[in-house]
Amino acid sequence: MKIPYALLTLFIVVNFGFLQNALIQKIAARVGRRYGIPVWQNYIDLIKNYGQRSSITHGVMFYLGPVFRLSGGVGLLLFVPSIYGSEMFSNFSFAGDLILALYFVFFGTLGMALGAAESGHPHSAIGITRGLSQVTAAELPFALAVFSVALQYQTLSVTDIVAAQQGSILNWTVFTNPLAVAAAMLGFLGSMMRPPFDVVLAPQEIPIGPPTEYHSSYLALMQTNRAIFPVAKMVIYMSLFFGGATSWPVFFLKVFCIYLWSAFVGVVFPRFRVEQSIRWFLIWAVPIGVLSIVLM
Amino acid sequence: MRELHQRLKSLFPLGELTEQRPDLGFVTVPAEYLRPLLLQLSDREGFTHLVLLTAVDWIEDGQFQLTYLLSNRGAARDLGVRVMIPRPANGLATMDGIHDIWPTAATYQRELREMFGIDFPGSPRVDEEFILEGWIDKPPYRRDFDTKKFSEENFNHRPGRETRDPEQYMKQQLYPDGK
Amino acid sequence: MKPELMKRMVKGPDGQEFEVEPLRDYYCEAAPTVMPAAYIKIVEDFFNWARSESIWILGFGTGCGAIEMRPLMTPRFDAYRYGVQWRPTPRQSNLFIISGYLSVKTLKRAIRSYEQMQSPKYVIGLGSCTINGGMYWDSYNTIKRLDDYLPVDLYIAGCMPRPEALLAGFMDMKKIIRAGNAEGANKYAENFDWYKANQKQVIHDWDMPDYNW
Repeated sequence: MKIPYALLTLFIVVNFGFLQNALIQKIAARVGRRYGIPVWQNYIDLIKNYGQRSSITHGVMFYLGPVFRLSGGVGLLLFVPSIYGSEMFSNFSFAGDLILALYFVFFGTLGMALGAAESGHPHSAIGITRGLSQVTAAELPFALAVFSVALQYQTLSVTDIVAAQQGSILNWTVFTNPLAVAAAMLGFLGSMMRPPFDVVLAPQEIPIGPPTEYHSSYLALMQTNRAIFPVAKMVIYMSLFFGGATSWPVFFLKVFCIYLWSAFVGVVFPRFRVEQSIRWFLIWAVPIGVLSIVLM
Repeated sequence: MRELHQRLKSLFPLGELTEQRPDLGFVTVPAEYLRPLLLQLSDREGFTHLVLLTAVDWIEDGQFQLTYLLSNRGAARDLGVRVMIPRPANGLATMDGIHDIWPTAATYQRELREMFGIDFPGSPRVDEEFILEGWIDKPPYRRDFDTKKFSEENFNHRPGRETRDPEQYMKQQLYPDGK
Repeated sequence: MKPELMKRMVKGPDGQEFEVEPLRDYYCEAAPTVMPAAYIKIVEDFFNWARSESIWILGFGTGCGAIEMRPLMTPRFDAYRYGVQWRPTPRQSNLFIISGYLSVKTLKRAIRSYEQMQSPKYVIGLGSCTINGGMYWDSYNTIKRLDDYLPVDLYIAGCMPRPEALLAGFMDMKKIIRAGNAEGANKYAENFDWYKANQKQVIHDWDMPDYNW
């Protein structure tokens, strides 16, 4: 009975993700005094890409790259509970799911690296090098914050961590362990592929990095992941730091607010080069994470 | 500028100074004195920047004119040095390169080699294609190259193109009754 | 032929020698095939609607007209609200705008970019130069008729057309796509030999395979 419910979660999250991405793009456009894309534009792009008549392949890994990426996003979503206390939407969560989630955050990037490398395009290779180094640097403060939170609640189960934060808003980790949350939110900026940390995918840089050679259905798969993965990642943030969600409206609101944080930073600050962003993470985010563990 | 010209004239057989503006002049020098003159200008007179190197095709005189435009940033003035070299009717003209004084000159020399057919032996990559790829005719900036004829022979034209004298045509359009 | 495109022996980092023939190894020489509408009419109409509402332009400015495309991204014209977006790689693009004069050297790159795009793909000729040469009608280095070399769906006349004209052009392009008449890729595949002959007539140092996707 769990599988249909998990699929329902997936369906809700995909649609929410598409609309949210478009809305964030619209917000960024309004900051630049443009109207921006229509809210449904991402759906049309997706249909268009599935409807392309021709597509070419560069080998088996080229096929598997987007598949890995998508399974990274779906896996991340399905192994943590979306709605706390709901039998329907707790998905496949289990006692040690936090560790698995940490792994899945990285899984898609690695799969993408293998696939893009097979395409043989030099710009893909450059994009991967940039992407992997930046994601690794951004992942460090997040991992430290997760350890700090795990130490705080003495558990590796996301459900238990959410349970410990119920009752009052002051029970949220953001108030009980602010240093860990600060480190994680700084790391969050680096993993959302928005400015100032979007040098990997920005079209104005080395042509859009890893997906340079991806097109048609491959690209459509990656677009789907682009809708799922940020939401899945923000579900973890929401569960660990902001008290989780007990119903879908609360879920949508909290996820959207977390996304807004990176969108607002993105429209204000210009783009970092990769070595600048790595230095930024190591200097500003990692020490906060270390401090949060030391104080725990 | 005049005083600079006087000073240089005592060292090199310079031609007349043409003063375009107070801060821009041109002098002519025989080809064999070009290098010492340029060295003198760059090392002693502060003309450290090569602005451009270009050529003019004097087909009637059978000569190419090379113009080396130098700039003295400190004194905010430019000096153009002109050199006349013989222009063979077919085949390459030859000149000594100055890429060892200004490395940027190598690019100009590649361009001149391609567009005018002036060779600079020893200049880096001078024989490689620069702008044109797979060029089959004589260098296109030479004046005996007929660009219209070449274009008509090589490229498909869309029929129906008319050429009108703008003045007459506008008169007709705006005042059709001929006032 | 450039030396890096010649067939040669290469020594790998592990000391093994192997033969490299770039024209065969790095490109595909299979000619394009005609890809007719594969689905029943109602599905194909639906896809055509999606294609018309999501036009991805290849961000390759081939001439001076490219400067008229930039304002379309800015607040004043903002083409994004019509579903028009720019992509930096030919693989993901559907629409190739030949923006202004096309020199022979650029034509070579334009052909390669066009052939790397995925079907269905469209070409817009922007400015008089693509129609009959425009002010470069007697130039030694620019082509005069774009439709001899690439299948053009739409011309936008002017020298240069303003961004508003481009927007109007996009709207017309959408109508063509929605009506199912934008079959340039199939036209290219059907008349492949004719297009290749025209291209080779002006590109004298043809140093790439005939078809290189």
